[in-house]
Formats: sequence, structure tokens, C-alpha cells
Amino acid sequence: MNLEVKIGDLSFKNPVATASGTFGYGSEFEPYIDIDRLGGIFVKGTTLYHREGNPYPRMAETPSGMLNAVGLQNKGVDIFCTKIYENIKKYNTNIIVNVSGSAIDDYIKTAERINELEHIPAIELNISCPNVKEGGMAFGTSCSSAETITRAVREVYNKTLIVKLSPNVTDIAEIAKAVEASGADSVSLINTFLAMAINAETRRPKLSTITGGLSGPAVKPIALRMVWQVSQAVKIPIFGMGGIMNAADAIEFMLAGSTAVQIGTANFIDPTVSIKVIEGIEDYMQRNKITDVNDLIGAMIVD
Amino acid sequence: MTENNLCHSYNQRVEDLIVYENRIINDFYYVLKLFSPQGLPEINPGNFVNVLVEESSSTFLRRPISIYQVDIASNTLDLLIQIVGAGTKKLSEKKKGDIVNLIYPLGQAYNFNSEVKSALLIGGGVGIAPLLFLAKVLKDNAINVETLFGGRSQKNIIEVEKFQKYGKVHISTEDGSLGEKGFLTLNSVISEIKRFDKIYVCGPDPMMKSVARIAKSNAIECEVSLENLMACGIGACLCCIEDTTTGNRCACTDGPVFNINELKWN
Repeated sequence: MNLEVKIGDLSFKNPVATASGTFGYGSEFEPYIDIDRLGGIFVKGTTLYHREGNPYPRMAETPSGMLNAVGLQNKGVDIFCTKIYENIKKYNTNIIVNVSGSAIDDYIKTAERINELEHIPAIELNISCPNVKEGGMAFGTSCSSAETITRAVREVYNKTLIVKLSPNVTDIAEIAKAVEASGADSVSLINTFLAMAINAETRRPKLSTITGGLSGPAVKPIALRMVWQVSQAVKIPIFGMGGIMNAADAIEFMLAGSTAVQIGTANFIDPTVSIKVIEGIEDYMQRNKITDVNDLIGAMIVD
Repeated sequence: MTENNLCHSYNQRVEDLIVYENRIINDFYYVLKLFSPQGLPEINPGNFVNVLVEESSSTFLRRPISIYQVDIASNTLDLLIQIVGAGTKKLSEKKKGDIVNLIYPLGQAYNFNSEVKSALLIGGGVGIAPLLFLAKVLKDNAINVETLFGGRSQKNIIEVEKFQKYGKVHISTEDGSLGEKGFLTLNSVISEIKRFDKIYVCGPDPMMKSVARIAKSNAIECEVSLENLMACGIGACLCCIEDTTTGNRCACTDGPVFNINELKWN
């Protein structure tokens, strides 16, 4: 049975990775799973400079999902390269750094630094974070800015370049096409939906930032539709995500056109879920006599 | 497992525990006694569990709950739970033999050392939950223990006799239905606060902040257990942060127990 998939030139031992911001740097999950079994891990969003993120409260539970407004809290690319990287480069899986910033120059400088790290084979360009005042999602909501930033980073980054798309747009396929034309090797989608929650009793917003990003099974049907639309519009491989809780969800994303998937919010409910998804995909393949996982990509049957 | 993983011995796990007993205290509180088929790991006072709530459509995330009692001999731990929403309501329906899935033991425990001779444990409402196991461990270490309970009314003051096993219990209720009338920070034991060399607190934020001020002005060591909203409980999501003297830290992994000197509460 073959579980290996390719994103550009980069091969993944299986199509299951963990999404940025939901899996720390991997080490947080060492008590629960063998990290090396994963196809890849997308580590916490990394910026040029240290960020403390947004004030508490940054999280609210919503029906079948949650809002977060963490705001890219991270130690900055220097500490990542000198300290964090040293601790995680041992993992025998693809470690991918999610790169974010508030100006094009920040993205370029951060990508340049990550480019030097031997054990980081790819970056995920985050042009879709809804929780920062400047930059973030602003770069991913128009074709021209998505194009500009992808081109600029492509010039300095020579490994696999994945661009993470925002669902907060009128036509996500148009943005995906712009990113593809600018040299991206892959797109990942979706980031969270801009959303909010209010406590009726106190009449106050549940997040310090008022708005935040919605994730979890609540967004899955929309994410699936977007992955399908993007798969019809571009040739580059897709990392699909949005509310995947189990193997069936992951397989649905592959049938809709994803080459691989990312598990996000589900890691908070069950730190072992990513391994269960891998095992569930194997089980599904066995039951359906599928020998190559690549045969599932875009294999939705429309009668 | 890789060679690197073998270097660590992790205490934390995801495990299905079996309900041994669901003891209903009153309309608001109950105690789940859970049996660990794997055998309990090492647990310290102040550690918590993150409980999976199944079949509750409005409950998506786990519920972080303090560990109330631990009995290594019978491989059981107790969770004292207040019904506050759909999640804790659903868990209250658990019966003997049912399964409860936990991620545990999580968080940093309360600290004590040989300098501590006499401790005051202060619990507001269900905030008494992590203090019973602490009282036992302190007593086992020959530390004198007294407890101060506060609540809105008599029905919020529970399990007093359990704490009396370890030392004197002082009580305040806002309506005066039990013990002294008023907030617990006005209880007469607070006027003798200098008798204690360590204060341990758990309860609502305003109460903990008031106690922290009293502890500080009397130069008494004080640790509080925070109840910040959590998603993962394992330091991955960065949602439960507390603003500390060394920046934002996770209440789940750097806490929930913090020394008040680390917090920016002034």
C-alpha cells in the first residue's frame, strides 16, 4: 500500500500533516504520539520579530468549533533558528515553517533565514491570518497583493513554497490562480473565517479583539467546497484543511482534490487524532482495495 | 518511538477511565470517582485533567477540571465538578461503569518546601477542588493546615468535613447563611494572617486578586491557581495565556499554579 504523496519535489510519507498554530512545534505532542509517523508538521506562525500576540481572552467556544485571536504569538525568526530549530530538527518528518509578517520586507527576510535551515524543506506563506492588525490576511484578499508577495518570496526562497489562502474572499479560485502564476509550488486552504461571538448576559464580545478566526467542523462544508473549486482552477497540489476530525473527513478533502491534508483544531480535542487519521486512511484503502493513496486525489464520482 | 523519544519519560497520557461512583452533593456539585485501568501516573496537588464531553452538541472543547483527590492504592482519582454549562451538566449524568476520556495529569502543581510550617488554603466556591489533595499532602509533610471557604450562600459551602480532617476550617458566606457574613477576605482569620507563612488560593479572579493584595502587604508567600479559558490544555494553542513578568505564559503548562510575584496583578 502506498501512502506517499508529492508536493512539488517534496515527498511526504503520508498525506497527513498538522496545521500551523494547532500543534506548537511538535514537542508539545511527544507525550502522546510518535511525531515521526506524521507526513509533516506545520509549526507555529513565525514572524521576523518576537510577537506577544493579542490580550486575553483569545478564545471562545462556538457550536462545533471555536474562535481564536491568538495573533501570531511567537519568539521571532532569530530564536526559531537558534533555539527552537535545534530541538525539532531531529524529527524524521517534513517540518514546515509557517511564515507571516506585517510588511512584504518582513516576509522576505524571514523566508531568507528559513531558507538556510537544512532540515526545513518548505515554508507555508501565511497571507491569511485574520488576527493581526497589519499584513496577514490583507495580503491574501486581493489577487494583486497575493501575487506581489508570492513573487517576492519566491525570489529569495528556493525550496518548496506553499501559500496558505484565506477563505475571506469573494473568489478563492482567482487568488489561487494568481499565487500559482507567481511561482508557488502548492496552496494550502483554508485559514480561519473572520467571525465573532458576544456574551448576551454581559453584552461584551467574547474576544479581546472583538473579531477572530473560526475553525472546527463548523467550517468543514465550506472548506470542502473551496478546495474543490481551487482544484478545478489550478494545477499545483493542494493541502486541504478545515474542520477535519477523522479519517473520513480527510478522505473527503482528498476526493475533493487535495493531495494532502492538515489536521488543525482536532489536535486540541485529541492529541492523538493525527495518527488515528493515518490509520483510518489505511483502513479505508484496504476496505476499498485501493493500493495507492494518490488514486483518491480528486476522485469524487459525479454521476 | 525514536531514540530521542526514549530519553524522556512522560507522565501525561490520553486514557479512558471508568466511572466508579458519581456522588451528587447537591443541585450544583458532584464528585466523579474515576478508575484508571492503566494505573494512575504520578499526580501532584494542583494538577488538572482535560475531560472529553461526548454527546453534547454545544460542547466542542474538553473541560479542564482540577484533581480533587487521588487514591493510588485503588487507582482512582476524584473530580469535584460544579454544573455551570452544558458540558458539566452532561458529565453529571455519568453513571457507574461509564467511560470518561481524560488527558492528564496536566499543569504545574502547588509548591512547598521545608520553610513552610503553617499554610492557609483559601477556596472560593468550586475553587476548593484542588485544595483537598493539597491539604492531605501538606499534612503528610507535617505542615499545619487551615482552610478558609467562601461562597454566596450555605449551599455553595460543601465538603467541609473532608477538610476538617486536616485542620481548622473557617467559613464566610455573602448572605451570612453559614459562618461569618461577607466576602471571605473579611473573615476573622484574615486579621490573623501573619500566623501563616504560605497561602494557597483557588477561586474566582476578583477573590484571588484581593487575597494576593493581602498576602503581598503582609509579605506572605502566595500561590494561586488560575482558571483561564483553555482549548488544548497542553501548551499548543496559546489561548489561555496570562500576562506575567516574563511575558505571556500558558496557564495550562506554565500554570495553572503561579506565584503571585510572577503575575501582573497590581
